[in-house]
Amino acid sequence: MSNRRINWYKYAAPANFYPLAGKMIPWFTVITIALFVVGLYVGFFVAPTDFQQGESYRIIFIHVPAAWMGMFLYVLMAVYAGVGWAFNARLASMMATAISTTGAIFTFISLVTGSLWGRPAWGVYWVWDARMTSTLILMFLYIGFISLQSSIDDPRRADRAGAVLALVGLINVPIIYFSVQWWNTLHQGATITARSFKMAPSMKWAMLILLAACWMYSIAVVLVRVRFIILEREREAPWLAEVAA
Amino acid sequence: MTAPSTLLMLRWLIWRDLILAWRRRADVLATLFFFVIVVSLFPLGIGPETQLLRKIAPGVVWVAALLASMLSLGRMFGNDYQDGTLEQLLLTPQPVYLVALGKAFAQWLVAEVPLVIIAPVLGVQFGLSENTLGVIALSLLIGTPVLSLIGSIGAALTLGLRAANVLVALLVLPLYIPVLIFGAGAVEASVEGIGARPYLLLLGATLILSLVFAPWATSAALKISVE
Repeated sequence: MSNRRINWYKYAAPANFYPLAGKMIPWFTVITIALFVVGLYVGFFVAPTDFQQGESYRIIFIHVPAAWMGMFLYVLMAVYAGVGWAFNARLASMMATAISTTGAIFTFISLVTGSLWGRPAWGVYWVWDARMTSTLILMFLYIGFISLQSSIDDPRRADRAGAVLALVGLINVPIIYFSVQWWNTLHQGATITARSFKMAPSMKWAMLILLAACWMYSIAVVLVRVRFIILEREREAPWLAEVAA
Repeated sequence: MTAPSTLLMLRWLIWRDLILAWRRRADVLATLFFFVIVVSLFPLGIGPETQLLRKIAPGVVWVAALLASMLSLGRMFGNDYQDGTLEQLLLTPQPVYLVALGKAFAQWLVAEVPLVIIAPVLGVQFGLSENTLGVIALSLLIGTPVLSLIGSIGAALTLGLRAANVLVALLVLPLYIPVLIFGAGAVEASVEGIGARPYLLLLGATLILSLVFAPWATSAALKISVE
């Protein structure tokens, strides 16, 4: 094996991934904090007041990144779970389990902030439009995934059963994403498309920076959580005795 | 000795399930009576005002059908799992897809078709027109197989777990929501006088999709749970 090429597959073993994750976490934590500080500053102090909504629109800077993260993390979780099931790779399934909690939290945040935003903007806390309903279904899917995995004692059976559930629920994510195109209901249409940005530059920057901050946060938190999961599931392994000592 | 044809296996499986359900008629009838009672509770609780009842009838009938169908899901694989028949069924040369499909079909015949038949009769309690009663029956006829098929995924995932009944509800109800929206929407459209056809067509689409994909997911879940 050439000394210049890294054998990436070695990190599929929990024993090798555990120290790698440990080294990555501080970096991602620092980047997360920096991006959050910059993003929140731009979003709350630099971006101009909205013409129609005044200051209350600024919750969009939290709501939209949280909603995106909820959806993306579900897809990522389903992919990891599928990989863990197809290739019998238990670290991939551990990653899926680790992602599920963060994804559920982000989805919950997006539902709550959206509801809080709806009151001043539309006058109601909740409507049953297509996007809100399908995001609520996403929340239920996360909860179902987490409770299914926690109610099965055998870890490999729990991994595979969770994979089936996550993959079956994957159809919901395109429905959430395209629901504003397919149904003409309360949620506004797509503002950020591949071709144009229909909002002020500082608002766009705030949203993108906070989205990047949420991604970095997710990576850091998932890595911390997966390390705990590895400790729990591999507790009989000999390599663990040296590390934990 | 050659393996029996797939069609023969499917017929045998469905017939076996029907006979077993016949021997335990009480379970089946209990689900039906649950549906009847739940639907009848709403006019009692909300009051006899006809306009209001007509508005809530679609949702009430459909939600009660959902809950009744969920109650009967444990029966789909539970008994066979406990006495080891399920393991034998998974070992046959025929694809496990057939086991899932046959079981879902038998469960639909036993648990859901009585609902389809009795729902229009219950609709009379809500003061609905004959047209709407027909739409109730038709929407349930198209929608309840979807409930059985999607429910079979949940039933297969939660085989043998403690508190399986509650967990099945948690897993399966989010997946039921589109069916509920289309089915109740069809009846609502009929109550309001606009056509129910778009909703019924969408229900038909979900039926076709679930007919193709759900038994596949169920067979995967069965293999995982029986291991």
